[in-house]
Amino acid sequence: MIKDNVKIKAEGLNIAYGSNVLMHNLNFEIKNGDIFIIMGGSGCGKSSLLRLLTGLKSVDEGKIWINGVRFDNADDQQKKKIMQNCGILYQSGALFSSMTLAENVALPLQQYTNYSDALISDLVAFKLALVGLKGYEDFYPAEISGGMKKRAGLARALALDPDILYFDEPSAGLDPVSSKLLDDLILEINKSLGTTIVVITHELSSIFAIGKDAIFLDAETKTISAQGNPKELLKNPPNQKVLHFLSGGKK
Amino acid sequence: MALDFLLKQNILTVVADGDLRDYDNQEQLKAVLQSLKKADKLCFNAENLQKWDSSLAAAFYQIIIKAKQKNIKIDTSALPDDLQNLVALALAVDRKPKSNDNKKLSFLENLGESGLQIFDGVKKSWAFLADTTKSLGRFFTGRAVLRRVDFEFALADCGYKAVGIVSLVSFMVGLILAFVGALQLKMFGAQIYIASLVAIGMTRIMGAIMAGIIMAGRTGASYAATIGTMQVNEEVDALKTLGLPVTDFLVLPRMLSLIITMPFLTMWADIMGMIGGATVAILMLDISAPQYWIYSLKAFQLANFLVGIFHGFMYGIIISCCGCYYGINCGRNADSVGWATTKAVVSSIVIMIVATGILTSILEALGI
Ligand SMILES: Nc1ncnc2c1ncn2[C@@H]1O[C@H](COP(=O)(O)OP(=O)(O)O)[C@@H](O)[C@H]1O
Ligand SMILES: [Mg+2]
Repeated sequence: MIKDNVKIKAEGLNIAYGSNVLMHNLNFEIKNGDIFIIMGGSGCGKSSLLRLLTGLKSVDEGKIWINGVRFDNADDQQKKKIMQNCGILYQSGALFSSMTLAENVALPLQQYTNYSDALISDLVAFKLALVGLKGYEDFYPAEISGGMKKRAGLARALALDPDILYFDEPSAGLDPVSSKLLDDLILEINKSLGTTIVVITHELSSIFAIGKDAIFLDAETKTISAQGNPKELLKNPPNQKVLHFLSGGKK
Repeated sequence: MALDFLLKQNILTVVADGDLRDYDNQEQLKAVLQSLKKADKLCFNAENLQKWDSSLAAAFYQIIIKAKQKNIKIDTSALPDDLQNLVALALAVDRKPKSNDNKKLSFLENLGESGLQIFDGVKKSWAFLADTTKSLGRFFTGRAVLRRVDFEFALADCGYKAVGIVSLVSFMVGLILAFVGALQLKMFGAQIYIASLVAIGMTRIMGAIMAGIIMAGRTGASYAATIGTMQVNEEVDALKTLGLPVTDFLVLPRMLSLIITMPFLTMWADIMGMIGGATVAILMLDISAPQYWIYSLKAFQLANFLVGIFHGFMYGIIISCCGCYYGINCGRNADSVGWATTKAVVSSIVIMIVATGILTSILEALGI
């Protein structure tokens, strides 16, 4: 049975593209209000796991529960309802390039709420201010920097006040300062809104700064080779590979 | 100033001498590689080596790799330190992750593989057509989710913005048609029938075909590239996870605008083609403008004209379907956008021609 404090649960999950199996038999639980890190080398299937958790890729084998509801075999309507409570920040920001930042953030609000235009524009201004993009409402994605795109993507992900937020490599392509700011923002959102946050990253500084719980995907064994708080894992590494990864290749 | 080699007691010594920058002597290199066969040890002598760059390192890398394959002992200690390090770095480890996709398949496996691919393609196109039909259904019942601005933008793009190029090309086609026809008809003194030739040719099919080919290259390609890029940027994923129907949002505005504009572009191409024909007739064949006009009108038939317009309409559907289909099924890297664009243009033109062939036979059978 699913415990109350478990937000997301995966059981016996496989990640595969046709006959190319990336991971098999993954089991993990993400607790309510946690910041959960999914780490692993490039190409081991982290983004693919996210695609499974967000319904972009159908599950061949295994089960996923979100908020205690079976997600993997839910019908489109149910999935849509569950996904309404999930915000996603994609690796590239994934802003709609034909829309201004304000229109990007407004889109989910227009889609799922009956708010008046005035309220929507207030909310949009508020969410953009929250991520430090006040005054950029009328800019197009092509007109802002990579870091700003990610923050704008975050504003869009926050539009519907989700209770789960997914981040795919938030610090990829950002300078250390912007990346630190984004980490702070993640911590802030987690603390003030109690949002459960799932972060895919291999940025060590982020992992230790924000991670409360983590899994380590091992491309060779195709399984989870370590699980727990990142700092604890570094202190008591269950295997050499995890130590190697968490120490930045030094040990 | 060259690379040389000495083979003594089964020891091959490669001698590098002088300024070996931009080293590109393939024959010499081949000779060295050849003589490796007789050696069981490989040494280097770089006492007189003055200058070198990556080209020499690349040559040494080739030699050493070959020597390694033949299990020949290798001694690089005589090389300058930095050259030694550079070559060693290249040789260090095979960092490429192991993959199992470069295994060779047998003929039968290949056959099965391509069979599966075709099946997959059919399944995907079917799903695309089903989604598009559902979207159209939603559109006509007023429940589709699409942005007005997207539609207006697409409409402008394949509307007045395409008129220039369509005009130019169909004018030229009319011109060519008249010119080629004139050469023959002149022999019988029947050059006045140029007007009929151009009028019938353009309205019945050429106008539609020219508009179709231009729009396939211009708009179909841009549909595939735009949607493909959105796929690469994860914008399509973002739409899906926001619960927005992708076909409504991306395919509908583009498809509707092309279907609306294609008949008009066809009509315009007809007119421009006839003007092109008239230009040849008036300037080269001494036919007067009113005469040309009268003969054009005589040859003009509403049925032909409507058949042409219908072709344009059909091409609009084909081009927008191909463009959007390849865009939506585009892979996730920049390469695949190029691939999707090419596929979109090639397949729209092929399908257009095949469809025209089929339609022409049907109309022929019906006597239209
Ligand atoms: N749509 C796809 N079809 C086939 N293989 C894919 C697809 N997407 C990703 N892959 C493969 O899955 C592997 C893992 O991709 P991904 O999940 O993006 O890795 P990560 O995010 O951990 O870097 C890649 O090596 C890639 O080849
Ligand atoms: Mg990834």
